Parts: sequence; structure tokens; C-alpha cells
Amino acid sequence: MPLSPTNFADTPTPDPSPQVGGEQCDLTAVLAEQVRRATSRKTPLRIVGGDTKEFYGRRVGGEALSLADHNGVISYDPSELVIVARAGTPLAEIEARLDQGGQMLAFEPPRFGAASTIGGVVAAGLAGPRRLFSGGVRDCVLGATILDGQGRVLRFGGQVFKNVAGFDAFRLMAGALGSLGVILEVSLRVAPRPARELAVTLELPMEAARARLAEAMRRPSALSGAFHDGQRLHLRFCGGEAGVAEAARFWGGEGEALGAWDAIRDHAHPATAHAKRLWRLSLPQTAPIPACGEALAWDWAGAQVWMASDAAPEVIWPAAAEAGGHAALFRGARGGENAFQPLAPTLLALHQRLKAALDPVGVFNPGRMYGAL
Amino acid sequence: MLDRFDPRLDPSFAPVDPARLRAALAAVLGPDGLIASVEGMRPYETDGLSAYRSLPSAVALPRDADEVAAVLRVCRDLGAPVVARGAGTGLSGGALPFPGGVLLGLGKMNRILAVDPLARTARVQPGVRNLAISEAAAPHGLFYAPDPSSQLACSIGGNVAENAGGVHCLKYGLTVHNILKLEVITIEGERLIVGGEASDAPGFDLLALLTGSEGLLAVVTEITVRLTPIAEDIQTLMVAFPDAGCAAQAVADIIAAGVIPAGLEMMDGLAITAAESFAHAGYPADAGAILICECDGAAGDAEAEVARVAEICRAAGASLVRQARDAAERARLWAGRKAAFPAMGRLAPDYYCIDGTIPRRSLPDVLARISELSRQHGLAVANVFHAGDGNLHPLILYDAQGDGQVERAEALGGAILEACVAVGGTITGEHGVGREKLNQMCVQFTAEELSAFAAIKAAFDPAGLLNPGKLVPTLTRCAEVGGMHVHRGRETAHADLPRF
Repeated sequence: MPLSPTNFADTPTPDPSPQVGGEQCDLTAVLAEQVRRATSRKTPLRIVGGDTKEFYGRRVGGEALSLADHNGVISYDPSELVIVARAGTPLAEIEARLDQGGQMLAFEPPRFGAASTIGGVVAAGLAGPRRLFSGGVRDCVLGATILDGQGRVLRFGGQVFKNVAGFDAFRLMAGALGSLGVILEVSLRVAPRPARELAVTLELPMEAARARLAEAMRRPSALSGAFHDGQRLHLRFCGGEAGVAEAARFWGGEGEALGAWDAIRDHAHPATAHAKRLWRLSLPQTAPIPACGEALAWDWAGAQVWMASDAAPEVIWPAAAEAGGHAALFRGARGGENAFQPLAPTLLALHQRLKAALDPVGVFNPGRMYGAL
Repeated sequence: MLDRFDPRLDPSFAPVDPARLRAALAAVLGPDGLIASVEGMRPYETDGLSAYRSLPSAVALPRDADEVAAVLRVCRDLGAPVVARGAGTGLSGGALPFPGGVLLGLGKMNRILAVDPLARTARVQPGVRNLAISEAAAPHGLFYAPDPSSQLACSIGGNVAENAGGVHCLKYGLTVHNILKLEVITIEGERLIVGGEASDAPGFDLLALLTGSEGLLAVVTEITVRLTPIAEDIQTLMVAFPDAGCAAQAVADIIAAGVIPAGLEMMDGLAITAAESFAHAGYPADAGAILICECDGAAGDAEAEVARVAEICRAAGASLVRQARDAAERARLWAGRKAAFPAMGRLAPDYYCIDGTIPRRSLPDVLARISELSRQHGLAVANVFHAGDGNLHPLILYDAQGDGQVERAEALGGAILEACVAVGGTITGEHGVGREKLNQMCVQFTAEELSAFAAIKAAFDPAGLLNPGKLVPTLTRCAEVGGMHVHRGRETAHADLPRF
């Protein structure tokens, strides 16, 4: 589903009647039984969707708890701006359904393979180029049904945007890498596809481009992507005709195919391909990029930096923190190596207590996020 | 009776000697930081839900995070329940003091610490008023997007505790979407930083968990908010329909067509009549329903968007479409909407405001159900709501002096919320559970889900001292109330504030 500059505002909307996935795709009872068995035997479970993000986080062992066959879109009605699906539903299926409705996932998740599932997308919490402009995964999660460590089915949140009943435990699942529970079902807020989209590229050094973007973003902007590949700045605009035309006038540069953004979204851009140890630095947009490696590229208007570095993690983590952000070893971790910025001791202790609250025996992806979790 | 804490149905604590508690607090706060006299504590006995009142043993008024930490340590050491309070404008009794405990008022911590126009952030203390942030950001062309109707008075700390929404949250999001970083103090007196100035933070998303946690997990002492550039152009429409069903259809059609208005509000016939006689906004008195739709964006785009909305509304059966020609006319169109609540005073001596959210597709059915319930209970209901979000505010009109009317209003309110849950909605869209909707939590969640909430709370606050008897009902309470909904609602405090 490559992005194209079509005016989706004129796309006819399909039959809005909610469609229900087949009963045969509901494996809740089987999965709950497997969780109860693991908890009673105190044996770890490795939660797997399409297994396309195995590289992300620490390697974990354990018996596979496979969600791939627990799938199906449960409801989708474009006028509700919500899609509800079982965790094993392929991301590609979700995006195809939304495309038919003239809509999309606003957090533009990276696609790491055809098998990628919506449950894995939410659990990993990774967002694409729109992150800074239209929000992340947690911003779009409206509800989740999970299995806790006792194999109980718990439903948090729901299908409506405004909902303040109870703790937002469903948002907590986004980016938790499965360590708090097994996501069975998610409801996600979706967004209309923009009426107009346009991509341009221009020659501008990395630091100058970051500064110019921060300055420009003080005013309303039509930006929906701002990526620098080390040589050139790539910009994408979306919105109404007038706003997009104004942005194109302001930035100049040469036109580029919107398809160029697929590789950026999927972390498949050549700029970052050769790095053996690839670090992701999440920084305030206006903070200087720390000099602890080679900044190969950045996305999110400079707020997500891709860095190649052989420096020890103990050098990179404090440097990222000093800049007001944090770092993760995205690719190239050696077996068992910590991938994520260590937490302050009080915060880590709280994480451990929270995990114990939902997963008392610690069967869900132990060690995937941190060794102590 | 939810205005009284019941040791059988709510968390209970060993009594704490008030003199000992006050002495310990005075030692850390000094004489200016503590109120212990009954007359001095009166202003703190209730929040915006003024039907519920109770007095704490002491009101603590810390000046900074260190004093907050010291107060919390005293509470932990003595086993005293503690309730944090911002401006006290909340509508669900979330800041109702726990008898014998400490009311922790954060009003003295009211400084805007920094506005960074380049990073588009502001760092503020919890007692800062919501609107004051936008005022401080305005010279930079920026604003703080969540705009609860009480924004003139409500505090940002309270907004975080309640995950406050506002008229424009359909497009700009709730509090949780507009804050970056919190400094909080745990019941142990430990300072934690959650979130950060980057787009995300390592570990679990505690920022999301703490937002809307109604003071049950920790006390917020500093907030970094995201600021948004002010739109270039704003266009506002008022559209009249012969009945609410057509208006509801228009709302669904607008969203399905890919338009996300900055605001999309609806009023039914009874609300229109009341508002018009009160505010003279120019609403057609014979309309069955009106929509107010605001679109913003680049000059040209906002104009094109409202034109599209107008076309959709006409196709859905609109009898009148009026576009505000200037800021004055826009303000007048909004004035009627904002006056809807005070205007109810012309129709009945009392009103009880309900706050449910439903999927938009259920609007016509739920509206029909509400009018059926209204007839059954013999009380009129006016409907004013954030149609774009499906967030309903049915206003039950009654006379507290009338025979059995309070009970009937409560029963009707409970039945309306039940109807919201039945179509897949929720018992509270933006006012919070607080004390008021504790019993309805037993309807929306299973015992297992409520146990999970209790376990999450215990991970932060094992002794359960932070805001006990709010948000998460005990299972004993749920067993006791069963399917029966106890609802209380009377007049709202701060009657002069715009609401909803």
C-alpha cells in the first residue's frame, strides 16, 4: 500500500456496517490455558506474533506463546475512527482495511515483514515518520483485552476516545514488549488519510536542517515527515491544498516520490544499512546530538537519531541522558546484551512491582526489556 | 450514600491522633503551611461536586516538591490517608477529603517555571491554571491545547490527575496527548521523573498510567507540557436540523468523510430553547437540534473544510446553515453553547449532569432511549454534548424540593449510564470517577479487572493511603451495590464557571 498523492477525500466510503471476525480465530481459551500452565510450572513464555521484531530488545528463551492464529478484525466502522482486532491480525490486513475506508494508522508503524501482527506492533511501541506530527502508538490505543499472568481475561479501556474510567492500563501495554501481559485484542483510533500529500528533498547539512525545522515548527506546518539521510533533507507535507502548497513554497527543493518514505518508515534506508551496531537516540528536537558516534541519519525532525557507534553502552547512555533523551541499541546487540537505557533504581523497582502486579510469577517475556524484569 | 465514607465498603484505616498529625505536619511545613481549624478547612471540604462534603484532620499547603515529599512521608509514617487537590473544580468528588486524613492543597505551587518557544514546551507547577499556560504561550504564537470549560480556574495538576479533555480534544487530544514529562512524589516521599523531553522514554509508559490516575498513585509536583502553534484561520458553522436523529447522522457523515473538526458540538431542542432565551445567540428556536462545527487550519483550508461540512449537513437534512463572518459572530455562536448549563436554571430549580461516552453510531438510539427513560421517570432531560467524541452530557432537570425528585433523578442518571455501557461506551468521558461514579465502576468492570486496578495501585502505594475510596471500588462495595446504581447529584459549585 504505497503512499500516493491521491485525493482520498473523494474516495467513496465502503459499507460501514461492523464486520465480525470468525469465531474459529478466537483462541482465547487455548492461550489462557497455556498461560495458566506456565504460571503453575513457573516456566517462561516467549510471546510471538509474526516474529518480525525478534531483533528488538534482549533475547529471551522460553516456550513460544503464539498469537498468530488468534486473528481477525472484530469491528471497523470508518465513522467511528476506530478499528478493533485480535492481536494476531496481520498489520497488512489492518492497513488494507483502513485504506478501503480512506483511513490509516496515524502512527505509521514500520513494517518489518509480511507476518507482522497488530499485537506485535502495539507491544513494540515503534512509530514511524509521523510520530512527531500525529502521535505515537500509545496515543492511538483506546483499549486492550489482555491475559494476565493468572490467565485471566482483562478488558481495559474501550472503543471510545474519551474514557476516563479506571487506570489507563491499556496504554501501558504499548511499548511494554509483552512484559505486562498478553495482548489478545486492541482497539485503535485511526485517522483519515490526508486530502493531499507531497514530498520534497533538499540539500541542507544535518545541524542546519534540525535548527531550521525547529524554527519552522513554531508556526502551524503541514509537515508529516522530516528525515535527514546524512546528505539531504527529505520532507513530506500533508493536509489541505492551501497548507501543503504553502509548505512547498516555504521549503523549496525538488519533488520526490512519496514512495521514498516507505524505506524511511521501515528503517530500510541505505543511510543506516551498513551500521553494525545501530543506536537509536530519542532526543528533544532542539538538543544537540551527542558526539558519541556517527549520526547517520535522523527522523522525526531530528528527534530520533540513528547513530553508528562502537562506543561502550556505558558511554552512550549518559551522553543521551545528558542531552535530555535516551538511547537504545537497535541492531547488533551481542547475545544477552542490554538494549535499553538503564532506569534509575527507584524507577526500576517500581517497574518490578508493576510487573509483579500483573504477572506475579514473571512468565511473560522475562528479560526482554531489562534483565531484572 | 457516597457522600459518607463507609468503613465497611471503603478502605478503612486505624485512627490517627489529629494533634499528633498536625504537630508532625507543622514541623515540616511551618505555621503558614498548615490549616487545622474547622472554619479554615471549610473551603476544602468539597470540590465541584458540592453535594459531597467532609472535613480532613488538617489541610497541608506545601510550597515546593520537598515539602510535598515531607508531607507524604509524615502520612506514610503515621498511616494517614492523604488527598491531593488542585483548584477544586472537579465534578466527581475526586478531591473530597478523607475524614481524619490530610488534604494536600497544591495551590501555592502556581509558578510557570519556563516557556521554551523553540522546543514548544512549558514547565509548570501543578497549581498553575490551565488558561494561564496558554496566556503565557500566546506571545510566542503557541497555546496549550486541552481546554476544559473550567479552564479559567482549573489547575494543570488536576488536569493531569483527571486526564482532562475539552471542546477541542477531537482534533488536539486529551491531557495525556499533550504532556511530556512529570515530576511526581510517591507516598514514600521519593521523587520520580516519568516521561521526558524526548518523544518517548525507556521502560513502561508510566506517564500514560499516571495521567488520569486521580491522585491514587502519586502526587504530581511539576509538569512539562507540549505547546501547539495557534492555527492561522478558524471557521465556525451553526447548523440547524429538524430533529436530533438527522444531526447525529450528519456527525457520522462528517467524520466518515475524513473531516476532523477542531470542535463539533450538539444541542437538542430543549437545550436550544433554554440557551436562546438566556444568551440570544441566534439559534432557531424551532430547531430539533443544532450542531456547532469549528474547523481550523491554513487560510483557505479551514474555509474549504467548513464548506464541505455545510454540504454534508445539507445532504443530511439541515434546515439552516450559518457561517460566522467574523470573530464577534463566532463568539456569539459559542456563547449560546457555553450558556447552556446556566440557562437550565430557567427551566428547573436543579439539574444533574451526566457524563457518558458512546460510539457515535449509537447516538440516535441512545438519544431515543434517553427520551424514553425521561418519560418513564417523569423528568425532563436536555441534551448538550461533544458530538464529535460521542461524549454525552444529558442534563436531568428536577426540583430538589419536589417529592421524591432527587431519587428519581439519581435513578434516571444511573439508567442513562447503563444505556451508555450497554452500547459499548463508558460511564465517564471526562469528569472522572472520583467518588461519584464508584458504584458504576462495578458495572463497567469485572471483579478481576478491579483487582488488577487495585494491584496497580498497590505497586505504587501498598498501604493505600493516596486518595482512598475513589476511582477503584472495593469488591465488598461492588458485592453490596450489585446491579443497583446509587447516584447522587445536586447543584454544582462554582456556578459562575463555564462548564462542559
